Amino acid sequence: MKLVVVGNGMVGHRLVETLRARDARGGCDITVLAEESRPAYDRVRLSAWFDGEALELSCVDGVTVRLGEAATALDPAARTVTTAVASYSYDALVLATGSSPFVPPVPGCDLTGCFVYRTVDDLHALSAYAQAGSGPMTGVVVGGGLLGLEAANALRRLGVNAHVVELAPRLMPLQVDEAGGAMLRRHIEELGLTIHTGRMLQRVDGRSGRVSRVVFADGGVLSTDVVVFAAGVRPRDDLARAAGLTVGARGGVVVDHAGRTSAPDIYAVGECAEIGGRVYGLVAPGYAMAEMVADRLLGGDATFEGADTSTKLKLLGVDVASFGSTAGPLDVTFTDPATRVYAKLVLSDDAKTLLGGILVGDASAYATLRAQVGLPLLSTPLALLAPAGDGGVGANLPDTAQVCSCNAVTKATIVSAITGQGCADVAAVKECTRAGTTCGSCVPLLKQLLTESGVAMPTALCEHFDLSRQELFDLMRVRGITTFSQLIGEHGRGRGCDICKPVVASILASITGGYILDGEQASLQDTNDHFLANLQRNGTYSVVPRIPGGEITPEKLIVIGEVARDFQLYTKITGGQRIDLLGARVEHLPEIWRRLVDAGFESGHAYGKALRTVKSCVGTTWCRFGVQDAVGLAVALELRYRGLRAPHKVKAAVSGCARECAEARSKDFGVIATENGWNLYVGGNGGFRPRHAELLAVDLSTVDLIAIIDRFLMFYVRTADRLQRTSAWIEAMDGGLDHLRSVIVDDSLGLAAELEAAMTRHVASYADEWKSTLDDPDRLRRFVSFVNAPDTPDPSIAFSTERDQPVPLGRASPARQQPVLVGMPR
Amino acid sequence: MTGRRATPAAPGPPDTGTASWRTICAYDDLPPERGVAALLDGAQVAVFRTHDGSLHALDNLDPYANAQVLSRGIIGSRGGVPTVASPMHKQVYDLRTGQCLDQPELTVRTYPVRCRDGMVEVRCPS
Repeated sequence: MKLVVVGNGMVGHRLVETLRARDARGGCDITVLAEESRPAYDRVRLSAWFDGEALELSCVDGVTVRLGEAATALDPAARTVTTAVASYSYDALVLATGSSPFVPPVPGCDLTGCFVYRTVDDLHALSAYAQAGSGPMTGVVVGGGLLGLEAANALRRLGVNAHVVELAPRLMPLQVDEAGGAMLRRHIEELGLTIHTGRMLQRVDGRSGRVSRVVFADGGVLSTDVVVFAAGVRPRDDLARAAGLTVGARGGVVVDHAGRTSAPDIYAVGECAEIGGRVYGLVAPGYAMAEMVADRLLGGDATFEGADTSTKLKLLGVDVASFGSTAGPLDVTFTDPATRVYAKLVLSDDAKTLLGGILVGDASAYATLRAQVGLPLLSTPLALLAPAGDGGVGANLPDTAQVCSCNAVTKATIVSAITGQGCADVAAVKECTRAGTTCGSCVPLLKQLLTESGVAMPTALCEHFDLSRQELFDLMRVRGITTFSQLIGEHGRGRGCDICKPVVASILASITGGYILDGEQASLQDTNDHFLANLQRNGTYSVVPRIPGGEITPEKLIVIGEVARDFQLYTKITGGQRIDLLGARVEHLPEIWRRLVDAGFESGHAYGKALRTVKSCVGTTWCRFGVQDAVGLAVALELRYRGLRAPHKVKAAVSGCARECAEARSKDFGVIATENGWNLYVGGNGGFRPRHAELLAVDLSTVDLIAIIDRFLMFYVRTADRLQRTSAWIEAMDGGLDHLRSVIVDDSLGLAAELEAAMTRHVASYADEWKSTLDDPDRLRRFVSFVNAPDTPDPSIAFSTERDQPVPLGRASPARQQPVLVGMPR
Repeated sequence: MTGRRATPAAPGPPDTGTASWRTICAYDDLPPERGVAALLDGAQVAVFRTHDGSLHALDNLDPYANAQVLSRGIIGSRGGVPTVASPMHKQVYDLRTGQCLDQPELTVRTYPVRCRDGMVEVRCPS
């Protein structure tokens, strides 16, 4: 089947994504006609562009996307759609043309300096204009709804002194009531914005063709340099209208309950469609329509059952949420002028059923409340307004309650993913059900459902300890416990295992510092840490000397080459800008390291759950484009954090400019140079589930940058679960990145000084493990293949030659037919 | 492997003929709660000393990974059973029987082991 999708916005993208995911046989030949020249992106988070966040949506394989090629005509009789350059025939066509900003037809609305706020191009144009001016600018946003407040945030981020003009008597008139609007206004005015409610724009005046002031209907005048129209949107139905399709009285291509327009095999979805007499301007109903039409195209019979128009947003840093009905027979309101929190719950006339509500200033109860709309109250209204996490609301929700409204995921679906498909953490549930992947507000509820389903949430480490890694860390730190025997004797049971012992070893390394292989600590270490090298599949080990920042002298390179040659090691360049020497026999490790240490090398901790590398580009040292000394910083950071043991490996990188050649955003912490300093990103990783790091702080001085990384790493070391990379750690945190920023940057918990002091102790106590080992004959005794034949090499180890290098002889064992258990909790 | 033990470990299985018992190292050469590998007529044996001082000996070959590495695993317990976890892919074996507790189809051979006069002895396969 030949399918043409007209429009490449979020809803069109979701349609194609769903089709491709469900159409396993690939029976659909999909072409997307995209007006914009950039790949599909997340329009909801447009102002996140200022934070340098990537807005692109994931690319869908096997789809032809014609970027910059808008559809210009549609011929339902001939079943063709035409663009400026080509004509496409179709078996089925989906209109996903979205909407266009509504510009009130006031005089002067086309002057230079008037903008709309809808696309990345709009944002670029606004940004270029605001930055071209000399001195501080003033800007007026027309529209005080969510789009208007987003636009006001954009102006604010551009350093423009922003005014918001709203015709209605309050901000966000569609979502909140008068009291909620008043609370929102107090928050926003505190940020220095000026709010004009109940005022109508009459005209825009200009000087030499450029905006100079706006005039209100009440006669008031306001000098301004920029006007942004953000007063709503209109469905883009012109293509359908010209083709003779039925459109609604107020615009929008009319579709039936299955998304079908009045023309055969033409569907419409999202903001361009009128369904059930209504045009939805939110992404969640658009997604629901996209999934319904995808189902229909594949022969299903899905219908549109109406959509949840609940929203939770962070506008200008203020939480605003509304769900269900925002007005009704009875309501309970709560106002706290001190914390600027307003909440309202709308109840049925018998006060027994929750119908909806409004939250301003703190929307942490949103997910649990929204899931209870239409259901008997589970608690008193005031108790319901308490933050999620108290009281086990999840278990009381009926199976049909919608936990994630963005992706229409019910409690039943989530519970079946947990109990039926073995999802054991939030990340797995997200992956499996898509719940929590759009706005994230239901993540606390997902956690609750995980706990209530009896899934071993990462609280109990293993059968030997009921405590989580974080709890063990705190216990050992506060009580001063420094041996495993004491810990398991007083707070555990049995004799430990391959899960808890390395965890305790890592905690001891963090708390006590010092050499990790003396006394009882040696018995806790995984084989890699026990031999200070990485075990390979044939029982040999690999050796990775530290090469800070990836910078190395020719002399040192020669030493590595000589060592590899003399010990017949397979040599490979790693992704972390160092050199891996593989195939070392355990009895050769001391001799190999003696030569490396003598040449000035240190352990690279490639074997440890520890800081690995800080990768770099050449920065201002060599690069024509560099704006800061990336290598210098990378070397300093790697030397500062070397030897730091953590819940999992930690990788980092420093890029000398925004071209990002060091791939810093794929690291646990990545630093990207700016003209003014450094931007810090956290929580990235490659691997099975690649993640981009997110922006934590901007334009930092080197001193501030290091202080924040110190805190970030120590907070991670102390509070993450076992084998939890920084991305999963941040994701599982209540409040996510915002919470992390408040702790790390704003010091909301008052921990900063302590975390920095802990890092200072780490830096002061660092010693190279390999040098410490070589200096002590007792420590060297374990490096033999056989206790009764120390000079005999392991006869089972043999090599063949591949591409002129030694490789293990023979393939991996045939017994390995089952999925590999890589140290997962059992 | 530092520090001296005042009393040797509990006696091992009864002596059934000294000819097949082979001394592999001093008891104090065994690091507490870890293993070592020994070479016995070409066979590789992993010898473990658990926290209570008792000794266990298994084939050093991890049958899943097909590598001679079991002696380098972490010692512990599972529900009262003394165990070693393969350092390769973490399957856990009963130190007393060689039975894999994660994949029932896997077992490794066990060897009699004892401590005599401060020396660790393993009975050789004959």
